[in-house]
Formats: sequence, C-alpha cells, structure tokens
Amino acid sequence: MSAPNKSYDPVEVEALKPEEIERMRDEALAAFAAADSLDALHEAKVAHTGPASPLALANREIGALPPHAKADAGKRVGQARGAVNKALAGRQAELEAERDARVLVEEDVDVTLPYDRVAPGARHPLTTLSERIEDIFTAMGYEVAEGPETEAEWFNFDALNIGPDHPARGEADTFFVQGPEGRGESGVVLRTHTSPVQIRSLLQRELPVYVICPGRVYRTDELDATHTPVFHQVELLAVDEGLTMADLKGTLDHMVQSLFGEGMKTRLRPNFFPFTEPSAEMDMLCYVCKGDSVGNPDRPCRTCSSEGWIELGGCGMVNPRVLTACGVDPQKYSGFAFGFGIERMLMFRHNVEDMRDMVEGDVRFTRPFGMEI
Amino acid sequence: MRVPLSWLREYVELPATETGRDVQAKLISAGLEVETVEQLGADLKGPLVVGRVLTIEELEGFKKPIRFCTVDVGGANGTGEPQEIVCGARNFAVGDKVVVVLPGAVLPGGFAISARKTYGKTSHGMICSTDELGMGDDGTHGIIVLPPETETGRDAIELLELVDEVLDIAVTANRGDCLSIRGVAREAAIAYGLPLRDPALIDVPAPNALGHPVKISDPIGCDRFTARTVTGLSPEVRSPIWLQRRLQKVGMRPISLAVDVTNYVMMELGQPLHAYDRSLVRGTIGVRRAQEGEKIVTLDGTARTLHAEDLVITDERGPIGLAGVMGGADTEIADHDATANGTDATTAVVIEAAHFDAVSVARTARRHKLSSEASRRFERGVDPQAASAAAQRTVDLLVLLAGGTAEAGVTEVIAPSAPHTITVPADHPDRVAGVRYGRETVVRRLQEVGCDVYGQDELIVTVPSWRPDLTDANDLAEEVIRLEGYENLPSTLPRPRAGRGLTHRQRLHRRTGRALAGAGFVEALNYPFVGEQVPDQLGLAADDPARRMVRLVNPLNDEEPALRTTLLPGLLAALRRNDGRGSHDLALFETGLVFHPREERAAAVHLPVDRRPTDEETAALDAALPEQPRHVAAVLAGAREQAGWWGAGRPAGWSDAVESARTVAREAGVELIVRKGRYGPWHPGRCAELAVAVDGTEQVVGHAGELHPRVLKALGLPERTCAMELDLDALERAGDDTLQAPRISTFPVATQDVALVVDRPVPHTEVEAALREGAGELLESIRLFDVYENAEQLGEGRKSLAYALRFRSADRTLTVDEASAARDAAVALAAERTGAELRA
Repeated sequence: MSAPNKSYDPVEVEALKPEEIERMRDEALAAFAAADSLDALHEAKVAHTGPASPLALANREIGALPPHAKADAGKRVGQARGAVNKALAGRQAELEAERDARVLVEEDVDVTLPYDRVAPGARHPLTTLSERIEDIFTAMGYEVAEGPETEAEWFNFDALNIGPDHPARGEADTFFVQGPEGRGESGVVLRTHTSPVQIRSLLQRELPVYVICPGRVYRTDELDATHTPVFHQVELLAVDEGLTMADLKGTLDHMVQSLFGEGMKTRLRPNFFPFTEPSAEMDMLCYVCKGDSVGNPDRPCRTCSSEGWIELGGCGMVNPRVLTACGVDPQKYSGFAFGFGIERMLMFRHNVEDMRDMVEGDVRFTRPFGMEI
Repeated sequence: MRVPLSWLREYVELPATETGRDVQAKLISAGLEVETVEQLGADLKGPLVVGRVLTIEELEGFKKPIRFCTVDVGGANGTGEPQEIVCGARNFAVGDKVVVVLPGAVLPGGFAISARKTYGKTSHGMICSTDELGMGDDGTHGIIVLPPETETGRDAIELLELVDEVLDIAVTANRGDCLSIRGVAREAAIAYGLPLRDPALIDVPAPNALGHPVKISDPIGCDRFTARTVTGLSPEVRSPIWLQRRLQKVGMRPISLAVDVTNYVMMELGQPLHAYDRSLVRGTIGVRRAQEGEKIVTLDGTARTLHAEDLVITDERGPIGLAGVMGGADTEIADHDATANGTDATTAVVIEAAHFDAVSVARTARRHKLSSEASRRFERGVDPQAASAAAQRTVDLLVLLAGGTAEAGVTEVIAPSAPHTITVPADHPDRVAGVRYGRETVVRRLQEVGCDVYGQDELIVTVPSWRPDLTDANDLAEEVIRLEGYENLPSTLPRPRAGRGLTHRQRLHRRTGRALAGAGFVEALNYPFVGEQVPDQLGLAADDPARRMVRLVNPLNDEEPALRTTLLPGLLAALRRNDGRGSHDLALFETGLVFHPREERAAAVHLPVDRRPTDEETAALDAALPEQPRHVAAVLAGAREQAGWWGAGRPAGWSDAVESARTVAREAGVELIVRKGRYGPWHPGRCAELAVAVDGTEQVVGHAGELHPRVLKALGLPERTCAMELDLDALERAGDDTLQAPRISTFPVATQDVALVVDRPVPHTEVEAALREGAGELLESIRLFDVYENAEQLGEGRKSLAYALRFRSADRTLTVDEASAARDAAVALAAERTGAELRA
C-alpha cells in the first residue's frame, strides 16, 4: 500500500475515473458469471478481488487524490467492490449448490450397511441389576460391604442366632468345606446367605451402620429351571438408635419405587427367621398388573400369576441376640435387615423363564442386556 | 402341616360361608404361611353309593383276571335291580360292601362314567379304589372294602367325606405348636376373634402308683413322661372311616387301629405318642442316655448303633426306642394281619406321652439321619402340658373304637419346672413397630395368644406352655405387631449417616467389567466347582500352588468336589458350551473369587454368641478360611474381527488376550509389565507373564496368550483359543489412584521414524525402553508401527522393528538437527543394549 499523499497535488488519476471503475466492475461481474466451476470461480476471484486485481490497485490510488476528491473516488470504488463481492458470493453459492446437487450425490454410500466388525460385549444382567440396587442405596448414604464366600460357621450361623442345634441350621442346605487333611469338621462353609457380611460389618464399622451386602451365595440345590446351587443376593442392614419396622417398610417401599416406578409398594407378612425378630416375608405389588388381575380372570397376569403381589424375600428387625453377639447394645440400638435373590428379581423383571439361562453363560442371552440394566 | 377345614371347624366355629381361601387369607395375615388350599372332591359328581357284592363271575381268556359282578346298590340306580359291573380288582368277595360309581357320575380328574362295553360285557359303572376317588394312595391299589355294617345304597360322597378343603401350611421352625390342628385352630380363633374349643381341655385322672412303672434317669432330656395302659383290644377292628379319612387328608396312611389312633391324637394335639405292645415290654420303662455302641432296630427296620448322647427308652433288656424319634421293632404292636406271619396280635398296649428336650431329639435325628413326624415336632417345640391330655385322648379312642379297657393305673413322672416369664416395657412393641399401640392393646393381644400379663409400665408376661418360642421381649413385640396387622405399619424413611460411596476396590471391579464389555467381551458367571483332574488338564506343574484346592464335604456332583483356584475352567467350559451351540466367535470374561487353602490351617473355632468376639478370636476365624482373592479372566476363540464389506476379518490371537490384560490394568491405573513367560495352560511360545511393581518389587499377577494345544485337546476347545487371567486384588493394591496431570506443550512436533534390526528373541519392550531412554526428555512418544521378518533381506533369525518417534520441546520449536540428534542417541543406546542395527 502506498503512503498517503501529503503534498495534496491535484493529480488526475486515470484508474479512478468513473468509467474506468465501471469497466473494472463489469469485467469482474462478467468473469464471475462465466465461471462454470468452483475452481474457475476461484481463479476469477483472485483476478478480480485479489490484491493484484484492478479494483484493489485502484483503491490504492485513492490516497494520491487531493482531499476534496478522495471522498468521491472512495465512494465509487467502494460501491464497485461491494457489487463485485456480492456477485462473487452469489455465484459461489450457486456453484456450491450445483456441486452439492451433483458431485456429492455421486459420492453417496449405502448408509444402512452394518458395521459389526467387533460384536458388542456385555455385562451379566445379574451383575448390573445388583449394581443398580447398590446404587439406589449408596445414593441414600449406605455403603456397600463385601465378605468372603467360604465363611466360618460362626459368621454364617451362630452369630445370626442359628445355633448348632437350631432347626434352621439343618434346613439351610449347606455346602461344608473339608477340614485340614480332608477331615470333615472345618467349621467352614460356603456361605448360605450374605448375612455373615452383616455380622462382619457390625464388628468392623462404627455405629450407626448402614450397609448393603451383595454377593454370591451357595445352597445344595440341583440346577433346574427354578433352582441353582450358586446364586446372588442383596441384603441390607441398618443399625442405629430408634429404628423401627416402619423404617424397614419405608426403605423397602423406596427400593421398589426406585426399581419399578412410582406407585409401587411392598407388603409384609409375618414369618420366622432366627436373625430377625419380628420377621416378615416381603412382597411387592406386581409392577405389571398393579394387582388388577386379582379376581379378574379376563385379564390374567403372567408375572404374578394373578396374585397381585410378587414374593421378594425376607426381612425383619435385627434380633437383639445378633446385636449382642456383635457387641452392640440392644438397649440402645435397634436395626432392620432384608435380603432377596437377584436371580428371582431378574426373572420377574425381565421375564426370564429358565434359571439355566442365567447360569450357562450363553452370549445370546447376556449380550442384549448391554452395560446397564 | 395339612389342615382339613372340616377338622378345623370342630374347634373354631368359623362362619359357614368362609371358604378355604378366606381362611387362608386370614391365617397368612396372622403369620401362617398357607401355601395352597386343596379342593378335595371339587370336581366330583355322584351318584357314588355303597353297594353289596351279590355275585362274582370270573371271566376267562383275558391277559389279566377280570370279574363280572352284580352289585346291590339299593334304590340308588332308580330300579333297585342289581347293577352289572366289570372289575379288574380281586380284593373283594361276595357279600362285601364296596363303593360303586354309577353312570352319569364324574370322578376326580374329570373322569365321566357311563355304561360301556368291555371284555365282552357291559359295565354299568365301576367299583372304586381309593386312588380313583382322590383319597390318596392307601398302598394297596385295591378297591375299597367298607365295614359290613355300612348301609347299602348310602351316599358314599358323604360317607367318605370326599368333599373338603385342605390348607397346606409351611410351618416355620419356631412354631411347633402349629404342627397340630389344635395350634392352627388357636391361630384361626385369634384371627377371627372367636373362642377356641381346646381339644386338650379334657378331664384327666390323677396320677397314681398303679400304672406301668417308669424311671427317668435323665430329667433334662425328658422332663415329663405319662404312661397309660389299655387292655382287651380286639385286633380285628379297623379304624373307622372318619378316622382313616382324617389321616389321609393330613397326609398319613392308615395302618392299624392302635397306630392310627396315636397318629390321630398327635395330629390333633401336636403331642407325639408311642404305643408299646405290653406283652413285649419287659419290666420298668426307663429313659436314659444310651451307652456308646448299644444297638437298636427301629420301626423302619434299620439296625442302629447308638451314640452316648442319644436319649433312649429302655426296658429290662435295653433300648426299646429312640426317645422322641422312633420306637423299636422289639415292642412293635401287631395288628391281626401280622398274625398271619405267626406273631400274636396285640391286645394290650402301653401308651407313652412324653416330653423330650428339643436339642437332644434334633441331634439324635440328625445323627441317625432319621426325621420322623415325632422328631419334627419335638425339635420345634411340643406343649409339655398337653401330654396327659393326649394320653387320655388315646385311651378314650382305643376304648371307644377297639373295645379296650383303660387300666386304672396312671403313671406320670414330671420334673418340676417354672413357667417362663418375660419382663418387658409396655411400650416395647410400640418402639419396635414405630406405631403407638398403647398398653391396653399390647396386653389384650398378649392375652389372646395365651400369655398371663401383669404390671403397668413394666409388664411381667408368662408365656403359655405351647409357645416355647416366646423367649425374648422382641418375640412378644412380634405377637402384638402381627395381630395388629403388618399391613397397618406406616412407611417411614430413616436418615442414614453420610456414606462415602463405593470403595476403590469396588469401583475397580465395576470398571473392569465395563472396560472388558466395552472391548467386546461378554460376562459369564460360572460355578466355582471343579474336578480333581483340572490341574492336570491345565498342565499345572507338580509344585504349582494352584494344585492345592479347597474341597467340599458334600459336593453336589462327585465329579466336581473342589473349588476353583483359577477362573479358567469355568470360563473355558462356558466358551465350549457356546461353541457347541453354534456361537463360534467368542470373547468371554468373568470376575470372581478363587480359593486357595492356607499353608497352615486350623479348623474354625466355635465362639460364644453372648458377647462380642475379641479381635484375636475373629482373626483366628479368618485364619481358618481359605485365601479368596478376586480374579479377572478372559477367553477368546474364533474371529476377533468379522470379515465384511470393509474388508477381511481377523482371528482372535494371543495379542488380544494380552491386550485384554492391558485394558484391565489401565482401569486399575497400573503399568503392566509384559514379558515372555511359560506357565501351565499356555502355549510355551505364546505366553506372556504379567507383572506389576509394588513398592519397587515386581510381582507376577497373571498370564495371557494362546493356550497350549494339549490343553485345548484335553478340554475340547476350539483351535487357537486364547486366555488371560489376572489377580484383580493384586492390581488394585498396585494401582495409583491419583494420576499426575501431564504438561502439554503447544510447540510443533518433530517426527522421526527408525527401523532397527535385532535378533528374533529380543523383545520389543527392551528395544523400546532403550530408544526411550536414549532419546532423552525431548521424546514425547514412541510407537512401534511395523514388525518385519525376511531371512533374505535381514538375515536368518533377525527381525526389523520400525518405530515412529515424536519429539517436542516444552519451550521452543525444535530444529531438524535437534530432533535428528535425539533420534541418533536413541538408536545408539538401542544398539548398545540390544545389538540393534539401523536398517538401511
């Protein structure tokens, strides 16, 4: 760019004559109009708007004009450049549209082609369902507690008020671990429930204790459509001052609402477990028919067999004897606990018909469940 | 416990309109788990009548004997003429009273009866067996022969009480009292707010010295023994139909009158009874612990050797019964069928109604693997106060039904005991439930279940003799809460204290699963049971610690008596199963515990439960447990990448297995050391040993690669199956949770490629490490992008490794010379360390 003309010489500049500028403009417009491709337009753009183009050169000369002429010439050149740029943009848009309509269409592909190069993996639904339940409770402040799967009988039975001669001990269908040198009496079993983790939690943690205990448990049942010797449980334990059965009920209600939606609720029925007193069997409202199938043969419900309720598991107030065995003062503290099987819940929540499907590891069963449940 | 509604109604006047389902609902809400209500005779339709057999003609020429009978059914067939019936059974004679179903009737199971031609005759109905009438199997499969005095033509549906409802109750271990009609009736009475007509409230004569002598040497094991004697029983007399029917409905088989009566009274009152043939009992009946090694043959015909803790009933000769479990064969009563075998039929019996210690009975039953109706009741608690009433009931029935005479002697030996009382604050149920019931309600409910209650704010509660399960304050709270209705409990949410979320180990466990699933692996959860042959199949060395397995005393399957020390057996079995079902391209993973017995193992001790165990005590328990680290394993077979429109596929290989280990290690935040290894199930040339550094020492945490062809053959696996296994807990310990953020330079990158030729056994990691160190701190990253082997160009046993090196400075743009100098230094160190030559 040339320096401003400070001498104010009244110089007549050929290139800034109005007719010259008009000519430059018209040539540019004609060149744009003649460009038949984006490449040709690019060339015309460089020729007519680039730094070496006539209009750019003319613009430089404005500085040489005397002050009174500058405004006039500037206006003329500016208008001409405006018109040129506008025409360029217009033609650019036209040609791009033409390209889009023609060239990109020629590059089309079949976007419906699959890309199953690596089949997706998946986590087992028993794992993800268990985690989902854990998450509900960790959100409330509970912590997840774990423990060994081969467990001392004291943790699995005695501390839970299932003494050596308690009828329930014989009914537990327990796998016993061989003792040293193959002797029978090892005092170690495959845990029959995750309740020993509750005992460990009460021994290891400071009060109050709010834990959820997921895990694998073992009973001597042969595998068939509704039984498996190895299955998964989630148990919950809360021990604090002033906990009541109403708190147990509310916690259960909260869980089924979190898992099955608003309006869900639970029902307690009296039962007996050595480690809770009072004890209850817990049912949840059938999440499919919401109880409408009861006494309504026209609308039977497969999920709950038209019972209206689905059996979940057992629960109750922690037996004060259990607290005593863990060194917790039952005069000051009370607690509630519940437990249920994950397999069972997976069966009714996802309409699994055969227990073996959850056991055999067939990828066709597991894959659709993906990463979360 | 099966409870016929008709029997229940005898003790509670339930409204006539109440169905079995109604009673079920009431009892469930009160805490009895009524599983089903069986509708007996619901689809039964008459005419079903009593007939008298007039003639029997044996039909010849058929595969089995067939009888053509005429039967007098009175006016039931409308004509009064004899009914002609073809029958295949043979256990009846002319003149017998039988049950006849006439055309037009429908038997249980929708079996419609009509006149039909069979064996060349027309049969106008059927002579019925117990099976056909849904009365339960009586063991004979023969037709029913009724007592001769039964009136011909009488409606047999009513006579045989074929229409009834039976509640089937799963009685919990604490409610021994509900293993009787009496106990269930009491619950029903409470549930309906009706009075109970207690069948145990009968007049009982005072004990005297005239009865059969009884001596109790162990008053702890037996705190009560009533003996009564009935003589003059006529052995031919069978149990009346009503008694047989009740026994059938509760699920017992009628045997003989004396046995049936003791069973009946046990069902009615819950008190197990035993009847001894008096002629076979020698002298005083005793109760004592057995002498080690004493022998007895129990009623089931089994010869048993006794343990010193077994409580036995004796006479002069020795044990004549396992107390509370089963009687002995020596004093078994014999009915008149037995006389056919040369035994004299029993005409006099001694009735035992005793109360035995629950633990003692439970142990004996378990020790001898002998669970009986009696032991089930004693284990769960029998009402000791009902013993003399039960004995009296038995005597009464034997006198009434068998024409016997009750002897005047009444033996009763009772160890003194005080009733159990519980002191409990009156608001205790309120505090357990979170509901304000108030003292009045609490007292009323406790009285309803049979407690005596005194006191105001502090209640002194004496529990009834039939509820030995009520021992603690919370037991009383449960009685109040259940009777007030669990369904009426409010729903409140406690406020747990603030939690700290998942632990590091738990988060790693989850991340491992997500990362492997994200990489295309499918999770399988396999049983931990393995066979003894697994270590051999996996080619484990003789001294491999994984050979030492935890074994089960009672495995489900004798082929798999041990617990896994590696996840591979289960995972490989799942892979084989999938392959067998037509899924050939497989990538599976599992996370789970493995079990290693400890070197020094003691049995887990028995700790008390009346106090917190000491830390030493719990440590001793833990020391008795196997080590149980969590492992992660992955297996692959078939194609890792499918062929498709994009190009060729790729089979799964050793590198996929190693990469899966790296995937897990990345989640753990651990730098995984991968080096050539040789281990058990892996191909010796394609096995990576995986290690981590913990506090400066390297620790092997697993292996990955292709499996050994011998293992593939032994386990029937697809060719080139690959596997990885890692100790996830060891990774977790090695992991560094807090990553230090890298500094990002925005100056331009300078890239230099080098190809180095080394001897084939030189591992890439060593070359890379030398390059990295030699390149110095300007090196931003290094990546191996090609491995090339060609004997002609490189020489035999040589390989070329091509690396892309990226250099960048934190504070300036590097010149070409600077980058080249760094590259040369890198190559020089690689040459020095590994003998690498720069490829021309």
